[in-house]
Amino acid sequence: MSLIKDIQADGFGGIPHNAITAKLEDLVGWARSRSSWPASFGLACCAIEMMATGAAHYDISRFGMEVFRASPRQADIMIVAGRVSQKMAPVLRQVYDQMMEPKWVISMGVCASSGGMFNNYAIVQGVDQVVPVDVYAPGCPPTPETLIHAIETLHQKIEDGELLKRRTATGGGAHMHVTEIPQGARPMPVILGRR
Amino acid sequence: MTSSKSGILATIEGGNEAEQGLKPRSELTARELMREVGAVLRMSEAEVAKLGDAPDDPADDQTMIINMGPQHPSTHGVLRLMLELQGETVLRCKPIIGYLHTGMEKTGEALTYMQGGTNVTRMDYVSPLNNELVFSMATEKLLGIENEIPERAVWMRMLLSELNRMSSHLLFLATNGMDLGAVSMMIYGWREREEVLRFFQKVTGLRMNHNFIRPGGVAADLPEGWRDDVLRLLELIPPRLEEYDTLMTGQPIWRDRLQGVGVITAQEAMALGATGPILRSTGVAWDLRREQPYLHYDEVDFDVVIGKYGDAFDRYSIRLNEVRESMRIVRQILDRMPGGDYRIQNKKVTPPPRARINESMEALIHHFKLFTEGFKVPEGEVYVAIESPRGEIGCYIASDGSATPYRMHVRAPSFANIQCLPHMMRGGLIADAVAIISSTDPVLGEVDR
Amino acid sequence: MADSDPSTAFSREQRVVHCTRADYVATVRGLLADTFSMCVDLTAVDYLTYAGDRSLPADVVGERFEVVVNLLSIEKRERARVRVQVPVNDATIATLFDLYPGSEAMEREVYDMFGIVFTDHPDLTRILMPEDWDGFPLRKDYDQGSIPVQFSGDFAAKP
Repeated sequence: MSLIKDIQADGFGGIPHNAITAKLEDLVGWARSRSSWPASFGLACCAIEMMATGAAHYDISRFGMEVFRASPRQADIMIVAGRVSQKMAPVLRQVYDQMMEPKWVISMGVCASSGGMFNNYAIVQGVDQVVPVDVYAPGCPPTPETLIHAIETLHQKIEDGELLKRRTATGGGAHMHVTEIPQGARPMPVILGRR
Repeated sequence: MTSSKSGILATIEGGNEAEQGLKPRSELTARELMREVGAVLRMSEAEVAKLGDAPDDPADDQTMIINMGPQHPSTHGVLRLMLELQGETVLRCKPIIGYLHTGMEKTGEALTYMQGGTNVTRMDYVSPLNNELVFSMATEKLLGIENEIPERAVWMRMLLSELNRMSSHLLFLATNGMDLGAVSMMIYGWREREEVLRFFQKVTGLRMNHNFIRPGGVAADLPEGWRDDVLRLLELIPPRLEEYDTLMTGQPIWRDRLQGVGVITAQEAMALGATGPILRSTGVAWDLRREQPYLHYDEVDFDVVIGKYGDAFDRYSIRLNEVRESMRIVRQILDRMPGGDYRIQNKKVTPPPRARINESMEALIHHFKLFTEGFKVPEGEVYVAIESPRGEIGCYIASDGSATPYRMHVRAPSFANIQCLPHMMRGGLIADAVAIISSTDPVLGEVDR
Repeated sequence: MADSDPSTAFSREQRVVHCTRADYVATVRGLLADTFSMCVDLTAVDYLTYAGDRSLPADVVGERFEVVVNLLSIEKRERARVRVQVPVNDATIATLFDLYPGSEAMEREVYDMFGIVFTDHPDLTRILMPEDWDGFPLRKDYDQGSIPVQFSGDFAAKP
């Protein structure tokens, strides 16, 4: 109400003082990047450093990310922190599929990025064999500063908004299929995740 | 490699770990039912019959098998539990592990003894220096140099091992608090842990997974001003521990949630191979630093903290007080740290100082050989065990005289401790399941290796 | 175990007891009765490509696999190690589950990694690898499973 009163008082010159206008894409990118919630996927040593990043000294709450959502349905970013074994890979994929679009993946540490020092039968040589990755953070484990740098890189990518275009182009990740319901038709079930 | 990407997708669509999971009650044999009520823990059948707490064989449709994990908010890593519940009561519990299996023992056979530390340190990633210590001690025993390690190196190893115990227990306090709902405890515990990690970074160069304790000694000397840093730690942490006592130990909610939860008796713990705070909480005063001393633990003064009831509260108190005992040991080490070499001066085992490589051809050749081929270790097999924050960690190495271990096996304390979970959870509520896992303090890296 | 038992040896001042598969449970039961109340570790070694001299006692026939059990006596503060030879063509051995319930997971791991079957084990399934995994990883004839690492400067590598 006060917005309308201000405009009535100041005339149309009042609008720039009282309203923000921007492209919708920019606003959405800005909002998404400032409050992206990570899904907790801490596996090994990198998880300890990820928790240290969430703790008081390094504090990713400054970036809006301190709430590690247990449920992947409520999360935006999956930080794969640690080595992914053969047994864990299907679980990783299942959790990734349960996340809602838009979603991003940070591969934290060398084990998640490429198999790390464990080039053997037991470790998947890079989680990008299982899920599409947006940012790779090297280190064994990456210090919290490195992880924050990776997160900020991802935030910049989110803000720039190119990711949704990439997703459609490469077909990576789970698709959100949107089908128009013709007038008067019965409602169709929406299948989320891998089809 | 057997598993390819299509194999992974096939696993998602098709199978699950049915064979490794929990069978429904209708498929249990009588022997398994007896095992459920603990008959296997050396109780006679007559004693089992006297147990009143077993529910009268409910029909299968009254119990529910649920799956917890491997991805779940409890911060203990990728442990999967299948629980059979009757209402809220846990009847059976089966931990399913292997989600972090890294093939470290196989990798260890391909790495030299100097590289072995990098591999072993990532097993129990919360107390990495203890892993390196046990591996180095086993290697030294095979080499026959375990009595020739310089004094300064031994005391440095003790200092780092105790500080690592402190940082591990602070992590336990943090995660235990958060699992029980005291979320601010997570922040407090990590705050203290950061101070210890800062010291580690100053000494070893890394916050975690240091690869600092190597066969023959340690990798580098203590830096200038280390005494002031340690003194600062010793002044900083005790008042914070008092804060935790106020926040948790005396509080009725904390006590209600932990006292009487996850009870285990001494006989059961020993039968299951549990060591460390779990065994000590039952009243058995078994601490390898006291009973089978290694390094110079027989020359420092400390108490072994034991509990009485074998419940989760005892385990919490033991770990809290072990931080205090570790600080006591660190204070004594500060006074007694000798000068001297930080690694054995055996050219066949330790590399020469970097500066000498420019001066001496022999030093260059030794350096080259040690870092490419590695030093050869005489034949034999040995098992060495030390007290890690979680219990007894042991390293079994069988050597065939070459530069890489023929077989390297690490006896991880959490691997045995997790076997206590079904027993501790039986008859309890599902809300206590998280408290019990947390009080066991497992680290899945060493469980799965 | 009597000290006069010829199979008891000392390896680096650690007491080692060699026994056959037939005597295995009896030997361990004897140690259990002798206050060795904790089974600390149960593992195995594959001696297929062992380059050295195994230095087994004279009456012990070396086989490909060797099951190693580490026992601990809390009262006497002593450790004892039991080593049993297991041939590859008949890779079975009795379980210690009835004596030490804590050996359950350790025996499962040995089965998973080496393929040694423990008779009468309550639940002999794979524990570390996925249950449909083929092969026993810690055997010496099982490859590390490394993938060739791409290195842009490596012109000598075959495509």
